[in-house]
Amino acid sequence: MRGSMLTKLGAGALAGLLLASAASAGELSFWTWRQEDKGQYQQLFQDFNKTSPDVRIGFEAFEPQSYQTVLSTALAAGKGPDVIHVRAYGGLEQFAKAGYLAALDPASTPELANFTPSALGSSSLRSDQRVYAIPFASQTLGILINTEVLEKANLKEAATWDDFLKLAKALKDKGVIPLANGTATAFMAEILTQTMTASFLGPDFPSEIAAGKATFEDPRYAAALQHLIELKDYFPPGFTGIDYPTSQQLFLSGRAAMLVGGSFEIANFRRQNPNLKIDFVAPPAPSATAPRLVSLFYDGGYAVNAKTGNREDALKLVRFMGTKGFGDRFSALLGNISPIKGVAIQDPLLAKVASLNQTSVPYITLVYFRYQDPTGSTLLQGAVQKMMAGQVTPADVGKELTAGIATYYEPFKKK
Amino acid sequence: MLVFAVYPLASSFLYSLYSWNGLARGGFAGLGNFKQVLLQEPFSSWTYRAFTHNVVVFLSLMVVQNGLAFLIGFALLKGMPGHRFHQVAVFLPVVLSTVIVGFLWKLFLNPIFGAVNQALIAIGLAGWAQPWLGQPQTALASLIAVNTWHWVGFPALVFLAGMQRIPREVLEAARLDGAGDLALMRRVIWPLVAPSATIAFVLLFIGSFNWFELPYIMAGLDGSPGGATDVLGLYFYRTAFGAVSSGLQDFGRGSALAVLMFLFIAAVASIWVRMLRRREIEI
Repeated sequence: MRGSMLTKLGAGALAGLLLASAASAGELSFWTWRQEDKGQYQQLFQDFNKTSPDVRIGFEAFEPQSYQTVLSTALAAGKGPDVIHVRAYGGLEQFAKAGYLAALDPASTPELANFTPSALGSSSLRSDQRVYAIPFASQTLGILINTEVLEKANLKEAATWDDFLKLAKALKDKGVIPLANGTATAFMAEILTQTMTASFLGPDFPSEIAAGKATFEDPRYAAALQHLIELKDYFPPGFTGIDYPTSQQLFLSGRAAMLVGGSFEIANFRRQNPNLKIDFVAPPAPSATAPRLVSLFYDGGYAVNAKTGNREDALKLVRFMGTKGFGDRFSALLGNISPIKGVAIQDPLLAKVASLNQTSVPYITLVYFRYQDPTGSTLLQGAVQKMMAGQVTPADVGKELTAGIATYYEPFKKK
Repeated sequence: MLVFAVYPLASSFLYSLYSWNGLARGGFAGLGNFKQVLLQEPFSSWTYRAFTHNVVVFLSLMVVQNGLAFLIGFALLKGMPGHRFHQVAVFLPVVLSTVIVGFLWKLFLNPIFGAVNQALIAIGLAGWAQPWLGQPQTALASLIAVNTWHWVGFPALVFLAGMQRIPREVLEAARLDGAGDLALMRRVIWPLVAPSATIAFVLLFIGSFNWFELPYIMAGLDGSPGGATDVLGLYFYRTAFGAVSSGLQDFGRGSALAVLMFLFIAAVASIWVRMLRRREIEI
């Protein structure tokens, strides 16, 4: 306890400054939070070197939790890498708004045409509508199934809510934990909420929220949250104290049959257990006729440092990262879905996820309310944790979320 | 002094007077950032919630950690059987890094795999098994208990050193006058270890209001569950530097919080030290 927090912060800042690279022509530095992808990126950079053999790229990865801090410290000091792996939405905006990222336009970056408007929206600054990064992956929220566990129990995945509850009960009766999720890790509580409420809220609710036609105090929102409470019996014992790594281990070990999570887990789980038999499905719908909706978001992008000393090569690399060839290789090597149009996805499970994206809704709190404090995510995460611990009701969650966002979001003030 | 104390403090105060885009300074904001963290919802509620938790942590540790430390110091002074072993044993956790302690206890308190619940089940107390870190009513208390386990050895040795400075004839005279252990502790040792108490109390006060590493490792930057373990250190960090999966960086509001924390700790600590010094007796 006596160790000083300031020491940590100072060390982080110093690390940022020391590691900041001073690139020269022919040399590029690339910073990311994804240490685990180093080998794959080296292969992708080798592809780049086939057409640009004179550019050497240095890969530097930082711990995900402190990445934003290290990066912003370096950028504020006028340093930082030439090409930056940036997060999307509000995570990008804070860097773009401060002038740290170079704007990309169709003239300098024709590859922007390879992306959908919603993908580019995740890498755009809201105030000037300009794009500041090439989106790198789309992620889908749904349910991961350990198919071996389900087969052993002689059960099949469920399409409707009632069948889903029956499936969960049947699994529990056979001594299997139906859902590996816990709510101790705040962001997983948010992912659980978004995923399992999407089909109940329906395809129009997110756009109504975005347009200010509805708030989170809408009875539909409270009703959707109520379904999370119905799942309490099917989470692991003591689920409010189950953190994200424990959920992953319960799923991987087969002690739990399903995990509500993202498509980003697929590559990670396969790395940990190549023999794992895994499926990814959309969450159950309220009825057999209603659509089963997955939730979609973009993970981040590749940006050019506005103060790079080697803008030409940096832009060359970022443009390469926006080509179909890169997208094909990216999806194959990293097991994530590249958002580049026409990308060929060889892996059957990833191809299935891509097809599920056709019936998707935006991840509401991330896509619309991660730009200003208090963010929708901050508000929702804490409120859902309290709801699942029995401290507040679904209506209270909606009220807290609406009131917090109303401090800066005009349409909510009028409601 | 200028480089290590005055400059960082002055720059924090200066930063708190501006609006920020991440780490890029914007326009002059006056006391706007202070107003936000103290008066504007929901930030003000979060500030008071975090502050209240710091107060609870401080008071709890004063009673549990320092109280236990005093008793351990006395037991070691009396030369309890195996006191040399216990002296090392009680101090051993202090040398461990908070990261290791936090990580280990997080595993011990895991609802499914954790040693604490497994032990309770093994001795027939399955009903007592809890998601210790997942319930608002037990999460903060669990962190306080772990902090006590980690640090109790330090004030125990401080108290022991203070007790060992008391002349043996003073203790023997009290014994001859018929003082039992309780009377000896209350009427002789406690007043005479006042200088040690001053050190232990003030360090605990500063540590409690700068609490960061243990809640960060065990409960996360968000003070899970639902802010039940949120303290000023966590709140400052995620306000200034952002939380990857939820919040944004705001150096202005973060600096305002840091300035308020510094002013509070400096003011209370200096007044309290003066008060504690008054009751110290020269031996």
